[in-house]
Amino acid sequence: MSNTPELPPAEHTETLATPPPAPVSQLHAEPESSLLKRIMTGNGLVSVLAVVLSLVVGAILIAFTDERVTSTASYFFSRPTDMISAVWTSVSEAYIALFQSSIINTSASSFSDAIYPLTETLTIATPLVLAGLGVALAFRVGLFNIGAQGQIILGAAFAGWVGFTLDLPVGIHLIVAVIAGIIGGALWGGIAGFLKARRGAHEVIVTIMLNYIAVYLLLYLLSTPAFQRPGSNNPLSEPVAESAAYPLMFGADFRLHYGFFVALAAVAFTWWLLNRSTTGFEMRAVGANPVAAKTAGINVGRAYLLAMLIAGGLAGLAGTAQILGTERSLSGGIAASFGFDAITVALLGRSSPIGTLFAGLLFGALRAGGVGMQANTGIPIDIVLVVQSFIVLFIAAPPLVRSIFRIGTAKPKNKKAAAPAATGGAA
Amino acid sequence: MSNATATRTPGKATENIAVIRSWAAPVTYMVLGLVALVGFAIGSPNADARFRISDGSQKISVPDLVLGTTFVGWSGAVIMLGIAAYAFVLVRAGRKLARWMLPVFATVFVISFLVWVIGSATTPNVYLSGLIAGSFTLATPLIFGSLSGVLCERAGVVNIAIEGQLLAGAFCAAIVGSMTGSLVAGVLAAVIGSVLVSMVLAVFAIKYLVNQVIVGVVLNVLVAGLTSFLFSTVMIANPEKFNAPPSFEVIRIPFLADIPIFGPIFFNQTILGYGMYVAVFLVWFGLFKTRWGLRVRAVGEHPKAADTVGIKVNSLRFWNVVLAGVVAGIGGAFFTLVTSSSFNKEMTAGQGFIALAALIFGRWNPIGAFFAALLFGFSLNLSFVLTILGTPVPSQFMQMLPYAVTIFAVAGLVGKSKAPAADGEPYVKE
Repeated sequence: MSNTPELPPAEHTETLATPPPAPVSQLHAEPESSLLKRIMTGNGLVSVLAVVLSLVVGAILIAFTDERVTSTASYFFSRPTDMISAVWTSVSEAYIALFQSSIINTSASSFSDAIYPLTETLTIATPLVLAGLGVALAFRVGLFNIGAQGQIILGAAFAGWVGFTLDLPVGIHLIVAVIAGIIGGALWGGIAGFLKARRGAHEVIVTIMLNYIAVYLLLYLLSTPAFQRPGSNNPLSEPVAESAAYPLMFGADFRLHYGFFVALAAVAFTWWLLNRSTTGFEMRAVGANPVAAKTAGINVGRAYLLAMLIAGGLAGLAGTAQILGTERSLSGGIAASFGFDAITVALLGRSSPIGTLFAGLLFGALRAGGVGMQANTGIPIDIVLVVQSFIVLFIAAPPLVRSIFRIGTAKPKNKKAAAPAATGGAA
Repeated sequence: MSNATATRTPGKATENIAVIRSWAAPVTYMVLGLVALVGFAIGSPNADARFRISDGSQKISVPDLVLGTTFVGWSGAVIMLGIAAYAFVLVRAGRKLARWMLPVFATVFVISFLVWVIGSATTPNVYLSGLIAGSFTLATPLIFGSLSGVLCERAGVVNIAIEGQLLAGAFCAAIVGSMTGSLVAGVLAAVIGSVLVSMVLAVFAIKYLVNQVIVGVVLNVLVAGLTSFLFSTVMIANPEKFNAPPSFEVIRIPFLADIPIFGPIFFNQTILGYGMYVAVFLVWFGLFKTRWGLRVRAVGEHPKAADTVGIKVNSLRFWNVVLAGVVAGIGGAFFTLVTSSSFNKEMTAGQGFIALAALIFGRWNPIGAFFAALLFGFSLNLSFVLTILGTPVPSQFMQMLPYAVTIFAVAGLVGKSKAPAADGEPYVKE
């Protein structure tokens, strides 16, 4: 490897590469304030460049599939300017639409129209952040939680049932519904944690399977009288009672609801749990090196179970954001693809709670913008998936980005730190 | 990781682990046996289940198989509980369970369930040959996918990207097959598409040492996004030109294809269908009977030792991942050139993950993966058939079955997954 890259400083071990087994005593030294620091150091630059590169890849795809571009390409050598301007038009139109549908609509006539896209971004970011926290937390314990999708579904089903069946006073109803959602998600995550702790069953397989079971369970529930809307044959429930719904922040014109603050609170909670509590310390120790943690007297199985219970609960909260916030009625598509997007969110956020918050906001913006872009320019929203996965790939491999941009590395190389130990192979 | 724990923990702890592990199988057998007793024997609908073996089109005609649900339910339950009791006796005596127990138990359970569920259906009558042949067709891409996983993981690279490889293969086969009108070109394109996915996995995992599960997950998203995007922009606009691939014809081997039940499975397939059997054999033979296979397994279990004797660990891993891409690509082509006549958004629908489960269920062995994939294909096909027949079990539960079985298998019967020791661990020469 001629372009051996600069290695991330030792304190950045909570990156995408699994952390190397560190002596338990060193875990204290792991600073969490890495976001600001990362921006100041090369790592932050890599993140920004990764986003830029991914948008470039997206631009290339947009240009190549645009009809105006392909029609001018046939006479590229006689009049190249035509094609260049066509590429510019298609790409700039797409990205302007993306921006105007996710941040601020600059061509809006009123203030509320102008900020509407931003509220949409926050609305979509809410479940992404919550479920992303669940994935990130499990990842810090060395577990790969692919099951956020199923956990969201169970959380939504539990919360929804409380929401449209029980009749409770205002305030209490919402709290009970939210707690039910947490329980639903925790139950689903807990199964995987329990089987991992007691039977050594691999969590990747179990969570993938639980996702499918949750989908069919939801479809079954929606065909029973307890869930299905009376007089309807569609797999759709009654809307949740107004008393069980998250109140809207800015009135009926906007979809943004107070579930967003739940997400912010969950970020704070997860940060506290991981960095300030004994349990979190034990969890991180298990994630760093389960054998060493066991030797140090930490109950590894308990850490696995607890981590998956909390991770499931966080994803269950994402389910409540959907059912009690944006959707209000339970349907087969209640979880959309938030559970899968949450994995990329957690990866982009480098499994830190604050990183996950920003990653969730970015992906929320991409998704909200993608909807607008599809409506205004006809470019399929699938482009967002491509951009998202390129971002994660580029961030996962900083050496790649550095070699593309030829960012020099002056620091001494330390080969040993470059070798991330595996948290037991998946599968 | 688990090995290290087991070997390094001395004395008492090891005994505890051994005790916990060995009781799991008898308890699982007992629970399943009781389910069979209560469900299929006591809960027998007291009807006859009719299995049609010939549909009149074959030259050899076999009379229908008619089984009484009560008789089969009770005898099945007795056999299963007997096996469970025997397992308890063996474990008590501190002996290992016999190897025949799991396959025999599984077969008896499947037969009891099948007879019970068909007997309870509104139309207690099923075309058995069709049911089985359909299972093989559904299982074929799964088998290719899990072979791809075997090739990667035996060399120590975790392959979560099977789904992406299959999808890339399906897409490339459809678009190139449509543009050229050639099946060979379609399959080649599928292989190339899938190999490209493999190469990204290999480069990130082996060169950049990125966590392999992460790369796999992201690759699945990337391929899903890319193919859906191109489907929406390119294929939808001009389906005749870009999404109308030719289909492989079934090659029927005369006479042999008329053998009841087995004929359609082994002698009435497309080239890709026959290729699946060849691939299973080749991967098995290659891994366990050749020098290359010994090296692959050495690299997957103990890369350092392999390196010491002069095996180029990372280069062998790289080419194995590429080979896995070739196999998965053919599986992907099966979607668009055999089972379906065109490509559709995310048409692999999670089958890559089922292939992954089959690989684990089959304990990282090509033959085991083959049978596990068949089981999934069978239960999937059964859920389709039963929806038509009208059963007492809600169809959603039938559809859950393969996934629930996998969890049961991973947690109960297979126990601690015995993955290759170095699976997922990048190798850095010091």
